[in-house]
Amino acid sequence: MADESRINISNAAEIVTARRQGRVLAVQLGFDGSELTVIATAISEIARNILEHAKDGEVIISRCNHRRKCGICVVARDSGPGIADIDQAMQYGYSTHKGLGIGLPGTKLLMDEFHIVSVVGQGTTVTMKKWRH
Amino acid sequence: MQVPILKQGNYLIASVQSALSDDDLRLLRDDLSDRVGRFRSTGVIIDVTALDVIDSFATRTLQSVAQMLKLRGAYTVIVGIRPDVAFVMVQLGLTLADVGAALDLEEALEHLNRRSHKPNEYRTMRTGDPRGSARGGGAPSRPTLSGVNRRQDQDEKPRSGHASPRSLEHGR
Ligand SMILES: Nc1ncnc2c1ncn2[C@@H]1O[C@H](COP(=O)(O)OP(=O)(O)OP(=O)(O)O)[C@@H](O)[C@H]1O
Ligand SMILES: [Mg+2]
Repeated sequence: MADESRINISNAAEIVTARRQGRVLAVQLGFDGSELTVIATAISEIARNILEHAKDGEVIISRCNHRRKCGICVVARDSGPGIADIDQAMQYGYSTHKGLGIGLPGTKLLMDEFHIVSVVGQGTTVTMKKWRH
Repeated sequence: MQVPILKQGNYLIASVQSALSDDDLRLLRDDLSDRVGRFRSTGVIIDVTALDVIDSFATRTLQSVAQMLKLRGAYTVIVGIRPDVAFVMVQLGLTLADVGAALDLEEALEHLNRRSHKPNEYRTMRTGDPRGSARGGGAPSRPTLSGVNRRQDQDEKPRSGHASPRSLEHGR
């Protein structure tokens, strides 16, 4: 497998594909059992947000390095409605769609790095990383 | 993909084979609800051993299936949540209220048998917020499955880079 994979997200089956691909790359990078589940769950949450809140978009999974560290980088982007108040969206329990409101804050908790950029009317990009320890 | 459902005495056993889409879940819910009515089942076991991820969406839908079955007169036990999946669920603060948990089918059947003798006993155990009270202002403390906790206690060895759910729970 190449060091980067792109998965279009426009239906639920593609969410499963995205987290499988994430698992495959994470195994190659040397992540172990419970970390693989952490990474797969984070990808699942963020891809699900694309499907639920923006209809479609893409997930890009790649290897990343920083100094001597090596890890996995996941970018999820869409051209959906965007998020007006990111602080509010990041709050545990906040949801505009009768969800649990756990996706964004939970994913931030699971990963080592988490950035979200969103412009109303233009879309949302989440970038997250997990380093191998 | 359809979820096979087996009838065993007063109980139904559904084995989830792969990640469930919204449609699969709707089908499962309607199927179970229909059969609970037809067979007068008092308990439903949902086997999720095959699930490598239980995220907020899966939790929400399993929860709604269980709540609906409760209204139809059947109690739901989830079986086979893997240790690492349970670990992530605890980290996320995902819980299943009014749902039993068991490690395997045998224990789930015991659980249901015990319940049918003591109908008011719920095995749901309450713990505090696993991530400490500083986070997520206003989030209520969430009940945690006793099965999940027990499994954590037995199987989960803290790994480098992760706090174990236990230390998260007690490290306030
Ligand atoms: N890609 C996105 N595009 C537009 N809005 C989004 C996007 N992702 C999240 N949001 C907004 O942020 C809110 C919080 O997201 P979060 O994932 O935390 O909760 P949820 O998706 O509503 O529920 P859960 O993830 O627990 O099932 C959402 O309700 C939605 O309003
Ligand atoms: Mg979400």
